[in-house]
Amino acid sequence: MKIVIVGAGKVGSTLADQLTREGHDIILIDNDRDVVRRISDELDVLTVYGNGASLDVQKDADVEHSGLLIAVTPQDELNLMCCILARKLGCQNTIARVRNPEYARQSYFLKDELGLSMIVNPEWTTAREIFRLMQFPAFMKRDSFAKGRADIVEILIKEGSFLDGVVLRELHKKMSIRVLVCAVQRESEVIIPDGSFRLEAGDKIYVTAPTTDLVELTRIIGAKNHKAKNVLIIGGSRIAEYLTDMLIKTGARVKIIEKDYERSLFLAETFPEAIIINADGSSQGVLRAENAAQVDTLITLTNMDEENLIISFYANHIGVPQVITKVNRTEYTELFRDKGIYRAFSPKLMCADNIIRYVRAMQNTEGSAILSLHHLVNDQVHALECNVTEKTLHLGKTLAEIQLKPNLLVACINRMGRVIIPSGKDTLRVGDTVVVVTTTDRVILDLNDIFVQEV
Amino acid sequence: MNYRMIRNVIGRIMCVEAAFMVPALLISLYDKESGAVTGFLVTIALLLAAGLPMALIRTVRRGFYAREGFVIVGLAWLVVSLFGGLPFFISGDIPNFVDCIFESVSGFTTTGSSILTDVESLPRGLLYWRSFAHWLGGMGVLVFILALSPLTRGKGDEMHLLRAESPGVIKGKLVPHMHQSAMLLYKIYIGLTVVQIIFLAFGRIPLFDAVTITFGTAGTGGFAIKNDSMMSYSPYIQVVTTVFMIIFATNFNIFYFILIREFKKCLKNEELRAYLAIILVSIAAITINISSRYASVGETIRHSAFQVASIISTSGYASTDFDLWPEFSKGILVLLMFIGASAGSTGGGIKVIRILVMFKAGKRAIYKAIHPRGVKLVHLDGEVMEEEIVSSVQSYMMIYFLIFFASLLLVTVDGFSFETNFTAVAACFNNVGPGLAGVGPTMNYSQFSMFSKIVLCLDMLFGRLELFPMLILFYPSTWKK
Repeated sequence: MKIVIVGAGKVGSTLADQLTREGHDIILIDNDRDVVRRISDELDVLTVYGNGASLDVQKDADVEHSGLLIAVTPQDELNLMCCILARKLGCQNTIARVRNPEYARQSYFLKDELGLSMIVNPEWTTAREIFRLMQFPAFMKRDSFAKGRADIVEILIKEGSFLDGVVLRELHKKMSIRVLVCAVQRESEVIIPDGSFRLEAGDKIYVTAPTTDLVELTRIIGAKNHKAKNVLIIGGSRIAEYLTDMLIKTGARVKIIEKDYERSLFLAETFPEAIIINADGSSQGVLRAENAAQVDTLITLTNMDEENLIISFYANHIGVPQVITKVNRTEYTELFRDKGIYRAFSPKLMCADNIIRYVRAMQNTEGSAILSLHHLVNDQVHALECNVTEKTLHLGKTLAEIQLKPNLLVACINRMGRVIIPSGKDTLRVGDTVVVVTTTDRVILDLNDIFVQEV
Repeated sequence: MNYRMIRNVIGRIMCVEAAFMVPALLISLYDKESGAVTGFLVTIALLLAAGLPMALIRTVRRGFYAREGFVIVGLAWLVVSLFGGLPFFISGDIPNFVDCIFESVSGFTTTGSSILTDVESLPRGLLYWRSFAHWLGGMGVLVFILALSPLTRGKGDEMHLLRAESPGVIKGKLVPHMHQSAMLLYKIYIGLTVVQIIFLAFGRIPLFDAVTITFGTAGTGGFAIKNDSMMSYSPYIQVVTTVFMIIFATNFNIFYFILIREFKKCLKNEELRAYLAIILVSIAAITINISSRYASVGETIRHSAFQVASIISTSGYASTDFDLWPEFSKGILVLLMFIGASAGSTGGGIKVIRILVMFKAGKRAIYKAIHPRGVKLVHLDGEVMEEEIVSSVQSYMMIYFLIFFASLLLVTVDGFSFETNFTAVAACFNNVGPGLAGVGPTMNYSQFSMFSKIVLCLDMLFGRLELFPMLILFYPSTWKK
């Protein structure tokens, strides 16, 4: 499919990179010559220099014959304008990034009235992800599938954990619920394990489980499941704004430390229930004065990665049970994960993920069968949700009989609203959706790609 | 200073006052009370003689600002009160001129304090005039003029007048035009008045009683035409009056929202919620406190509710002699005097909304002590209250108590007990009417010296106009060119 992306920032270039690897024709528009030049060196895409909302530029980029336009410039209005123009030119699908909370509240209206296919709001998405994660502090990451009925959660096996030394085949004997370990990260190596795999302390495992069993899972792995009641947020960014709104509704006490006075004033205006402190959250004195050691969750959301990391290190040091860090640059994730910052979020990556999921779903209507895509283990593993259709091969055979490609497994089957954690005896039926976990080096565009083809 | 405009408006007010005396004159004619007839005729003649030429002055539109608004309101109330007292003096029913003024001021400011030892001996025309003054003063004389005709077409200058005359902290318009807003307020006011008269008429009392009680309730004034206030009326009359006292001390914007079916806005209104909560808690506390004094629980609740409604609405009717109640109950009533009615109603006192804002500002001060770098705003009805309003409420309270204690000091010269003096000033300043002890519900203000009466008169005006229109008259730079 031909896809036009307006805005070659972090999100735009991530999208271009990802989508071009999946076999799409990408045309990237940006109004910065240097950026355009750099992108055309780095990526195998077509670049157009100019203002994406100008008719001539859009015609240059051949928007009228494209299947999709994605507008991810820094300005909301420009993004919307690009989409409206593209619609009028005949582009069927348009996606705009809109971040202003005031517009975000009217996103349904914008979508319907302006004929947009999707509006992405990275800050809101991040806030929701953080919020969802906070419900289960024992998991470092949580991805939902099957309309929220199943999850893949990330668990770190600590020294002395009862999971330490367990062979996966034996795992179900130790647990009262059915779960499936679908990926393991050991050191920097990623493994899609089979039954003979033996877990060790220090492994990060990715476990599939029905959402309803998550509480039980927390109990089994011996983690305390304290819900966030006292939350300290450093940096009153938009993510903080959305997150505070969600937290206050659950009755949590939220304290926000924000450096800018005008912004503090705005937050105090919006959230009378929250405690707003106008101070520098990266200063140890301020954190001490505001009793950072007593909170159960500390979230760093300032605009500076370095500040966020420093504060998170400090929070770990004083023993805050749950620390969540926002990091814009994802290159160094490995580095600080080793140093104890496990729960790091990148809003831009999340935004790109969201859009790629949509593009996949679009293809679904054109014959492919992939519903959504999630990145796991720093993008080294993909979890794909696919539909099982009449065209799917090996219908009715048990999974033990089917030969799957190496480094790939079926993590979960969702049948008529019921979540099945599959064993060798389960079969695939028409109407199911399945979650397939595989390493990133393999591109799966159709469910049939997972089977070893008999030539 | 736009003197032409001021003279013109004062002139119009005098003409309107003359017109309003006509019904009282007719009642006097019907009763063949020659003294009262002369009193009203002479006053009407004087008002017209002075008012008409002034009302005919051509106005200059330019230069009408907040200052002019305050000055007009302050002066208008002085003039209206002075002339309003003349019929009592000319008819000879109240021989002392200061007493006449006191009675008139008490009427227009909807206080309801009286210097009469025997109300029932007064002719019906004068009784009617006293009560009618309550009704006029309740919603405001100038608001009435605004409702009749816009002063300056489409210029919005009248906003200053409404701001100066109607009580409250935030004064917004209900509809885009000032003239229409004023008209709307008066329509609601007249509508509620008629409804109450109808309800009272069902209680089988003379129409004259029903009308005067209603005037006293609507304006939250409290002049009664009986010496024992409302004690001798049937429980039905007392219950109806209780309900209407609470209604008339509610912000009239609420009724507007009910009329346009914006019920959510009513429920969200924090002042309304606080106002009703205060009433309920007070009634409950007093009922428990006085439970042994009355025959049945129903009677106890009725009296407790009547007195609470009467005092918080700053009406000042009494269904029983609450001066004989235990100290705790009396304490609650004195507290209610200060709290007063809701903003935008016809009642007086500090107003629930100011108490609410003060409470929130106080809470914030404590918060600030705990979090020195915390940023906290005062929210009201889910919206942020501007800092300017918060600090203006704080300075209002400062001035309020300064005037209160200064008056208290001046009145103590007469040598009465502290309870008498304190509640007399509180009752006048908050436009309630009766106080405790020497000025209790069965007593009156006749015992005070001329000087104290003048001080109390000023207190009533200060209280009704919420300090500033009166203060501005005494502020030298107001009159500088």
